[in-house]
Amino acid sequence: MTSPLLQVEDLHTYIGSQHILQGVDVEVPAGTVTVLLGRNGAGKTTTLRSILGLWKPARGRVVFAGQDITGWPTHAIARLGVGYVPEHRAIFRSLTVEENLRIAERRKGDFQRRRDFLFDLFPDLARLAHWPAGQLSGGQQQMLAIARALVPENRLLLIDEPSEGLAPVLIEHLIEAIRALSASLTVLLVEQNFHVARRLGVHYAILEHGRTVHQGRMSDLLAQPDLIHRYLGVTV
Amino acid sequence: MTQGHPASPHRRAVLAASLFLVGVVVLNVFLFPPAQVGVILLSGLYQAMLFFLVASGLAIIFGLLDVLNLAQGAFFMLGAYVGFGVYRLLGEGLALGVRFAAALLAALLIGGLLGALVERWLIRPLYVRPLFQIVLTLGLAMVLREAVRTLYGPAGLIPIQPPAPLRTTLTVLGAQFETYRVFIIGMGGGLMLATWLLLRRTRLGMVIRAGVEDREMVEALGIPVGRVFTLAFALGSGLAALGGIIAAPYIGAYPEMGDVFLLNAIIVVVLGGMGSFEGTMMASLLVGLTRATAEQISLEYLDTPLLASVSILLIMILVLLVRPSGLFGSEP
Repeated sequence: MTSPLLQVEDLHTYIGSQHILQGVDVEVPAGTVTVLLGRNGAGKTTTLRSILGLWKPARGRVVFAGQDITGWPTHAIARLGVGYVPEHRAIFRSLTVEENLRIAERRKGDFQRRRDFLFDLFPDLARLAHWPAGQLSGGQQQMLAIARALVPENRLLLIDEPSEGLAPVLIEHLIEAIRALSASLTVLLVEQNFHVARRLGVHYAILEHGRTVHQGRMSDLLAQPDLIHRYLGVTV
Repeated sequence: MTQGHPASPHRRAVLAASLFLVGVVVLNVFLFPPAQVGVILLSGLYQAMLFFLVASGLAIIFGLLDVLNLAQGAFFMLGAYVGFGVYRLLGEGLALGVRFAAALLAALLIGGLLGALVERWLIRPLYVRPLFQIVLTLGLAMVLREAVRTLYGPAGLIPIQPPAPLRTTLTVLGAQFETYRVFIIGMGGGLMLATWLLLRRTRLGMVIRAGVEDREMVEALGIPVGRVFTLAFALGSGLAALGGIIAAPYIGAYPEMGDVFLLNAIIVVVLGGMGSFEGTMMASLLVGLTRATAEQISLEYLDTPLLASVSILLIMILVLLVRPSGLFGSEP
């Protein structure tokens, strides 16, 4: 087996005086989708943010493509090819749709190169290119947030709760889109909705109270309904 | 295959402010003879531009960094002193126009450089403590003012001479108006347009606007936000310093000259909606024209210029009652 694209080892993160991550280990193999599972407050979002340097880990290591990036400034980590789709669709509301995409350019012309691909993937965005992004619907904003992460040539996408608050028909579109992407990209996905997670994830890691309690292949997890019920409260 | 723009959420604010401006003009026409109206409107525009130059920096810096930079008035004052210094340094040999242009450029650059240093070394360590930043910038303003007072004396400097064409007067609808004030209006309008284009049409402007909304996300896109913050701070302080040297040949250069502009600039920024550049442009015009009109009404009918300052506060109260976040502010 080749070495994983992203490796998180024994990560500890404090927010204020709260010890949120207390030993998170995650391996993200290249070219697949890995899902972070766990109940609310288990530390999934904090893990993504710690990988990206938005919270500074107090202990542990984050290794990306063989390089130790622990403690690096966020912009430097992003420039290695890490895209981020935060929860609550953190698009720039006062910028137009096209500006939201252009601002993500890392090299001149990134947007032009990817334009057709992105607008094929999310046709709504082509139609609304000159609208202020704040006027888009929730689903369209989510598409925009994902499209934005695809403008530069990223190797890894960190996607946080993409299906949250979306109508079922949009969730289907989203699943299709993320599947299409995972053909050429590596994805680490936080997903509260287990029925979405099981369809997308090839690998998984379950967090509880800021620790990794299980990880492996999704197909193995699906064979253990008791485990899913115990940690996620979901009956399969 | 794109759809047209949807209605701007600020359309009503623009409409209301425009109606108000038209109302002020109509009031003038109604109250005063044409010759006076021309002078009042030009005088209003002139005040508007000076307020704008201090306020735009305040708005950019507040919007992006959440710092209420109370040293903007001091940068305004320093701009005048730096400009005067450079003007004198260049000596009699050079053409007046060259010395004057050099003074403007020096104020802009040194103001900007100083702003960058202040952001990098004084403000940055305090991003986690917003209240301390207010105290810091207030303290900085005092230090700069007292330093200038000690070095150059409390009385201020003898105004420098702008080039000859700017020392004439113009006839506006039969009344006399100093060309220099028209020059201030022109410069202010030009800078307004240039800053607007910078914010709306360049990548730097796009990054600044995005940073106003969500600096973390900008950083997560691979953009070193710290450098953008420093640049924005430099832009804000540079514009204030340029405002100072532009105003100085007319109002003089003295240690407290920034204070009254700072106060009015704060009102302009609050009125426009904290951090909104378009709001600041609109509010500057509103405040400038209202002030000039109220001044004239007050002098004509009450024999005191008191109403000028009161009118600004009244407008602010009125606008904030209707729109608590200002004309272009986003509702919480």
